[in-house]
Parts: sequence; structure tokens; C-alpha cells
Amino acid sequence: MSPLVPTTNQLRRVGKPIVFLAMLVPAVWLVWNWWLAFQYQPNGLGFNPQEASNRFTGDWALRFLLLSLAVTPFSTLVGSAKPVLFRRMIGLYAFFYVCLHITSYVWLDMLFDWMELWADVMKRIYITIGFAAFLLLVPVAVTSTKGWVKRLGARRWQRLHKAVYVIGLLAVVHFIMMRKGFQIEPLVYASILAVLLAFRWRKLMPARWLARA
Amino acid sequence: MLIKHKKGWQETENSVTDESVYINRRTVMAGAAALGAAAVVPSALAQRDRVLAPLAARPTGYNSNESLTPEAAVTQYNNYYEFGTGKGDPFQNAWQLQPKPWSIVVDGLVDKAGTYALEDLIDFNALEDRIYRLRCVEAWSMVVPWIGVSLASVLKKIEPQSGAKYVRFETLADRAQMPGLRWPVLDWPYTEGLRLDEAMNDLTLLAVGLYGKEIPNQNGAPVRLVVPWKYGFKSIKSIVRITLTDTQPDTSWNISAPREYGFYSNVNPDVDHPRWSQKRERRIGEFGRRETLKFNGYGEMVADLYAGMDLRANY
Repeated sequence: MSPLVPTTNQLRRVGKPIVFLAMLVPAVWLVWNWWLAFQYQPNGLGFNPQEASNRFTGDWALRFLLLSLAVTPFSTLVGSAKPVLFRRMIGLYAFFYVCLHITSYVWLDMLFDWMELWADVMKRIYITIGFAAFLLLVPVAVTSTKGWVKRLGARRWQRLHKAVYVIGLLAVVHFIMMRKGFQIEPLVYASILAVLLAFRWRKLMPARWLARA
Repeated sequence: MLIKHKKGWQETENSVTDESVYINRRTVMAGAAALGAAAVVPSALAQRDRVLAPLAARPTGYNSNESLTPEAAVTQYNNYYEFGTGKGDPFQNAWQLQPKPWSIVVDGLVDKAGTYALEDLIDFNALEDRIYRLRCVEAWSMVVPWIGVSLASVLKKIEPQSGAKYVRFETLADRAQMPGLRWPVLDWPYTEGLRLDEAMNDLTLLAVGLYGKEIPNQNGAPVRLVVPWKYGFKSIKSIVRITLTDTQPDTSWNISAPREYGFYSNVNPDVDHPRWSQKRERRIGEFGRRETLKFNGYGEMVADLYAGMDLRANY
């Protein structure tokens, strides 16, 4: 093996902490800039910091969600199982940024106005869809540990974790619906998701459909 | 003796937040944000910026004593999709617009149709200072010191014919000057419209200035509409054509999403946008949200225009 390719052990001991810290950077930036904003200091959140932070956290949640979906195809492509070492961490980071996204909206934007928030979830379809994606993501995140794989059995665990494809679709629809007019950016995310789903269309189809074909 | 009668939409002197409180709690936060934003703007951009000449204007009664939104926010937080859909895009990209010289085509049901130089339509010796609230359909708002003339004064010049019932406006759509036109976000050129009586209302302004100077490109140079009782997108920017018609003109957002953006689009806390509530708004520079006022607080001057109309059906 080429000396340039790290061993599984190196990836575990060095690679993982590096990736962990790298994915924490956007969150640190956000918290730091909100802290500056509350101190009335110059900050990067701009003139509508609530809007900026809702969008920032949403963007990163979606990016990490798509990145987690890209791990398996990438692993197949390079013919090595090593990238899969990072899959759970990336997925949990997606969940973490979703939590920040909701915190930003519920606390900083809506100031815990529960009546108004409930009305939003019920009446605004794009928020309903985003909320549904979050609810689906909770059990997936909770059962991400090895213990849960054992408790559920590999087959049931895998079936549960297929929910991530639905979550990806809901998240992209949430993003497209939130923008005004015909905008390119959400469609870029939608295309990436489409490519990632195309990679595993065989796996996602129920077996009997494939048998018939 | 001069007796000042206060209109309902004017704020009372003692309702004004004490300056020290205001400076500490609001401006500093927004001003600080402005500093932060300014710090990241490359110096090259500053060199490409137009030098905005000061404009002389006479004060008017349109001066709600609310705290003005800081100039940096007014000029750097914009929706002007011809320069990009991000709020900072217009400030970054609008230097490519060439607002001088500028001409406006006047056509349709008018006696004085033709192509006018901007200076022939707008009397720059009769400019007025007008402080208006601006309420964006996205539920944020500002208080902006505009400079301009009433649209009515311009319409009188071009002499609408008796059959004219509506005014249609069109924004410049030049790919060489407007990078955002590459994307089909809307059906370009941007168009807007008003009923003739709305257009003739004294509140309706054609603005050529902002904060004592010529209006910056990203705010709609060299001339834009300001209709303060309607959502911001009705106040069309960089106008190149004014047409008088007898039928209700198509408007860009109405074509794009008819369920979300009606022809009237009066500010109305009782009628929600299908995707979000319009009950409250965030005044840029403030942390929480404040209640949105019907007709953006200008009901006294404009509610009569809609007497007998169902404002839910005519959103």
C-alpha cells in the first residue's frame, strides 16, 4: 500500500479529530458572531442577523446531510471502506446543525412565541415540511450508536436509517419553497441529492419491483 | 399663530425614543454590523463606486419622527434581483449600472407620449424630503429619508387621457449592466403597476435621492417609485418606461406567484402571505419584532382608495 494512504488506525486516531474540529468551525463562527452582536461589536451577521443565522445554519445542515449521503457512493468509487469511518460523525453533525437551525428560529428569531410558532408549523407548508424532516431525523440520530445496531438488528436498523433519503428530499423541498421566485441555489442542492439518490436507486427500490423488471 | 395638526400616521414628539437609549440599544448594534460589513468589502469596490452628489430638497410634513434606519443598512441590505438574490448582492454588483444619462419612455394613453430625459420629467428644483416607513413583504422594515417629487406631478406633465385607469412601470433589463438577469428568477424586465388614483395619491413618490444625496445604484438609481403603504416590491426601481393603460397591467411577482403576490399588495397584518405571517415585522436594527400596521400606518391617507373593497380577495 502506498505510504500516502493513511491506515484505518491513523484515520481513527488522527483523521477523526481533525474532521470533527473542521465540521465544528461554522458553529464556532456563528456563536462567536452572535456573541459579538450581543456586545454591539462589529460582526459578520449583517443587518438582519436573525435571517442570516437561520440561513447559515440551514445551509450547513443541508450540506452535511448531503455529505453524509455521499460517503457510501464515494467509498464504492474509491474501492475502500475507509470513508465509511466518518459517516456517522458527518450524519450527527447534520443533526447538530439542524438543532442549531431550530434554535436560531425558535429563540433568536421568534423569541419563543409558541403560539406563533405552532401556527407557523401548521399553516406554513415549508415549515411543516422542515419540521417533519427534523422529527424523522431524531430517531435516526438517536440510534446511530453500535449498541442500537445490536438492539434493533442490522436489518431493521438499516431500514430505519433509509429514512435519511426521505429527510434529504424534505430538506431540499423545504429550501426550494423558502426562496422567492425561481432561484438557482436550492436547485443546485436538489441536483446533488438527485445524483446521490441515482447512485443507489437499485437498493432503494423494493426487491419485487426489481424482480419484475 | 401656527397651529400644527398632527395626522394619525405622524409620531408624537414624546414617543420618540430618547437618543441615548436609542444609540445604546439599537444603532450601536446595526452600526456595528455596518462596520463589520464595511470591513470585508474589498477596497477595489469603493473605487468603482459612484460619487453621490448632494441634493437640495425642501422639508415636508412627511417626516414621521421615528428613528431613521442607518444609511449603511439602507444601502447594503437590499432586494434588487437584477443584481443577484442575496441581500448584499445589489451593494456588491450595482456599480455596473450606468444611471447617467437616463431616459424614460412614456407611452400608452397619454397626450404627451415620447422619450424624456430624466431631468425633463423630474423637476430637480422642486425636490422634497420625505421620511417613509418601508415594509418589505419578507416581514422586515426600515425608515428611510427619501428625496423626490410626487408621482402626480410627473403624471400631470405627461397628461393622461380620460380612458387611462392604470399606470405600468418597467425596470431597465440590460444584461451588460445587470448580472442577475442571467438567471430566470423572474420574467424580466421587472414590471409593476398602480391604479391611477393610487398613482395620483400625494404619498406616491418618485425618488431620486436618499439621505441627502443622489440615490445609490442598488437602491434604484436614478429614479424609483416609493409607495409606502404597499409592500416594498411594488416600489419599482430604475424605471425606464411609464405606460398609461385602461386594463390592469401584469406585474412581475404576480405573474411569478399569483397566490402570494396580488396586484394591490397593500401592507395588511390581517392577510398573511401563504408562506409566512404578516402580523409582525422586524425593524432593521431592532432585535425583536413589532406589530405591523394596516396600510403600513398610512391608512388615514389611503384607506379611502379601497372603500368597499374586500382586501382579503384583493390582496
